[in-house]
Amino acid sequence: MAQENPVSWFAAPPVFDLGLELPDWYRQLQESSWQKFLTTPEPARTDESWRFADLKKVRFSELQAARPAENVEALIQRAKTERVDDFAAHFVFANNRLVHSEINELPEGAVCLPINEALVEHGDLVKQHFMQEEGSLGGDKFSALHAAATLSGLFIHFPKGATCELPILTHHFASGDFNCVFPHTLVIAEDNADVSVVDTFETATNDEQTIFFANVDLVATNGANLQYVALQDESDHGPKHVQLNSSRVGRDARIKSAFVNLGAEWIRQESIARMMEQGSDCQIFSANLANGVQEYDQRTLQSHEAQHTTSDLLFKNALYDQSRTIFAGLIEVKPGSHHTDSYQTCRNLLGSNEAEANAMPGLEIDADQVKCSHGSTSGQISDEEIFYLQARGIDAEAARQMISLGFLNESIARLKGEAVQTYLFERVERKFRSLRSA
Amino acid sequence: MADSATLEAVNIDQDAGNFTYPEDYEHDAGYGLTSETIDYISDIKKEADWIREFRHKALKVFNEKPMPTHWASKDLENIVFDNIRYYLSKGQKPTRSWDEVPDDVKETFERLGIPEKERKFLAGVEAQFDSEAAYSNVKEELEKQGVIFVNSTEGLREHPELFRKWFGKVIPTGDNKFSALNSAVFSGGSFIYVPPGVKVAHPLQAYFRINAENFGQFERTLIIVDEGAEVTYMEGCTAPKFETATLHSAVVELVAMKDAKIQYITVQNWSNNVFNLVTKRGMAHENAEIRWIDCNIGSRLTMKYPGVIMKGRKARGEVISIALANDGQHQDTGAKMIHAADETTSNVVSKSISVGEGRSTYRGQVHIPKHLKGCKNNTECDALLINSNSRTDTYPAITVRGNQHATQHEASVSQVSEEQIFYMQQRGLSEGEAMSLSVNGFVNDLVREFPMEYSVELKRLIDMEMEGSVG
Repeated sequence: MAQENPVSWFAAPPVFDLGLELPDWYRQLQESSWQKFLTTPEPARTDESWRFADLKKVRFSELQAARPAENVEALIQRAKTERVDDFAAHFVFANNRLVHSEINELPEGAVCLPINEALVEHGDLVKQHFMQEEGSLGGDKFSALHAAATLSGLFIHFPKGATCELPILTHHFASGDFNCVFPHTLVIAEDNADVSVVDTFETATNDEQTIFFANVDLVATNGANLQYVALQDESDHGPKHVQLNSSRVGRDARIKSAFVNLGAEWIRQESIARMMEQGSDCQIFSANLANGVQEYDQRTLQSHEAQHTTSDLLFKNALYDQSRTIFAGLIEVKPGSHHTDSYQTCRNLLGSNEAEANAMPGLEIDADQVKCSHGSTSGQISDEEIFYLQARGIDAEAARQMISLGFLNESIARLKGEAVQTYLFERVERKFRSLRSA
Repeated sequence: MADSATLEAVNIDQDAGNFTYPEDYEHDAGYGLTSETIDYISDIKKEADWIREFRHKALKVFNEKPMPTHWASKDLENIVFDNIRYYLSKGQKPTRSWDEVPDDVKETFERLGIPEKERKFLAGVEAQFDSEAAYSNVKEELEKQGVIFVNSTEGLREHPELFRKWFGKVIPTGDNKFSALNSAVFSGGSFIYVPPGVKVAHPLQAYFRINAENFGQFERTLIIVDEGAEVTYMEGCTAPKFETATLHSAVVELVAMKDAKIQYITVQNWSNNVFNLVTKRGMAHENAEIRWIDCNIGSRLTMKYPGVIMKGRKARGEVISIALANDGQHQDTGAKMIHAADETTSNVVSKSISVGEGRSTYRGQVHIPKHLKGCKNNTECDALLINSNSRTDTYPAITVRGNQHATQHEASVSQVSEEQIFYMQQRGLSEGEAMSLSVNGFVNDLVREFPMEYSVELKRLIDMEMEGSVG
């Protein structure tokens, strides 16, 4: 269809639809979200939430609903070979379609289903928690688009007391120029449940202009423990990746989430974490390795909405070549949320003379008896450090990478589960190796 | 609460700035801003054509620019530009002797203690009453050394060869809506030139006073310090408490040539209905140093982010900022550090205190472009919250390109601990005194950066503001 309206990026929703029976509320949500997408203006230069961003990257012109991927077997094989060693369940999606699933062990009562099936079987739960976040860090146009189009991804429900040591894995592959995929992850951890999820985003080949519009809803109620990890390891040439995370933490519950970014030409990640009841705790980590002309744009909000809540954020960027990173974080302490304890740190390690790191760590404090602080640093590896390692027979290049790897690993090491840590560490290491060979 | 002696001192002090004299102005541009207003001002000042043209262009820019409310406080929308008087003056030429200053103006400044302070420790003084300087004097020996200290009208008329080159160059008209407004209607302010190698030992001071209701004060300051020279400049400001809002929108440009040093000190104590929207920026050439020492206690809304463009190798920039926001006040202050040469260093230390429903905001920008090496920035901002409904925000933005720099930023929010207060009460201090002592301790290391007379005054102002904040 011709593109007449300059506000819209394309004329019809790129909905992936299998002709499924879907609940009415969901159809209506899709329709209203599409209207919202059309009427929401594109990010403009005067938007504070897009400060420093390269807005040219957001001007999507040709997008289309993804057709089934080719070579699905190879993708499944790849996902299986490279996955976390021990896992509870593994789901593989390619161009929005579920292509593989295996369940090893899930605690009693726990549900792990593709979202389209969950809509039919657990409609009420989905309705209650699906994209309930009304706040925005600037990506509301994308989240409307996602809501209008998604039918892909995983629904995970751990009822009261259900715990599982091993992570649940999903792989989302995209392939084909201008194809867009809409992975959704919805995790509900009820009272005292314990669940860990790892999403991996990849592209089928090395040179495709695919676009990911991912949304993640995380809910933890009384005393629950939820860990969510997103590994974005798409091709570094072509793909764009938009991901909007929402975390709602209940009484004495904890959500840990992590973003590891290695691939994609441009990413925009937004994370809104709400500490809603006493004792809520949220920890957010990120490790990003950017090179070439990659631009990583991350915005976060830690919102403290009750007394005695805590949160911590640690974002680490290693930058090479002409890459750019943007970190904009805000700690918000709402009126009456006394005894908040909140931290935020962004550290940038610049490895080239042309890389650019932007940091906007923010605080908005509206209560007292509060402990809040943030820090942001930018620097490089000192010559002394390199010299020290050289004196031990390690060449300068390897020494540099070793230090950078250790620098990024500080975020990864804060996660739960050795297998998950190893999985992430090895991917980061792999990218370092490819940097060296190039 | 404080003993009666303290209370007395406090009462006197609060009243010190809160008085007004009847208005009998010779020149009044009336309400509202049009191109006629500009011609009116230009005619009175008998300005050169290029200045008139500069003003008209600026008015156009001002009208075209939107309010920066996409990031700034919505309170800006409460400014009604049509209800403001843009030019008011009693006479044209500032006198060199207090005897010749009109009586009511003289009394104003005497009540504020300006002539007394001049005798004591200042090298030069300029006192501005609404739009124009009423008094301006600089010690003879400085004059002999070639130091020029005049108001903006005189500076541009008598010394265009010195000032025109830099006028509007550090802060271009279009920098923001309020710098454009100032460029259109500026009047008064200080133009200072310090010749090469001259080190002015005592501070130069300007005092700004708003007397008339609905008046907008738009002074323009340009300080050029030539190679190897040094100067310290201080400004103070007060206004009576009117029923309606008053606007103060200054533009201050500093130029520090090679090896020069400028220290610019502000103690802002406007009454609580003044919109204080000021653009301040300095340009530091090779090995030069510019320090902004900025204290904001008064005003309804202050938006002020002193900046330094470090243009020459090894230039240094520093901002030291203290802000105190009480009920009905919003202190939106910060710093802007633009590194534009190798080995430049900048330092920002900001401390803010929010009392009652006061809101203090730190907003900062640090920019290090690519292909430079050895740039360093350190930023620290600490906020102190006194009451449970006090508010504080921090919004820094740091851009670093390249791998040969170091930046660090740290911010923290805290409050006076109950234990501390309890400890001091145990030793016989009242709760209010204990609170004052804690707050003074919080800002103490910064207050020491101010000249002695000012630091004493500052402590007193802080004590005053802290009165009644607890309990």
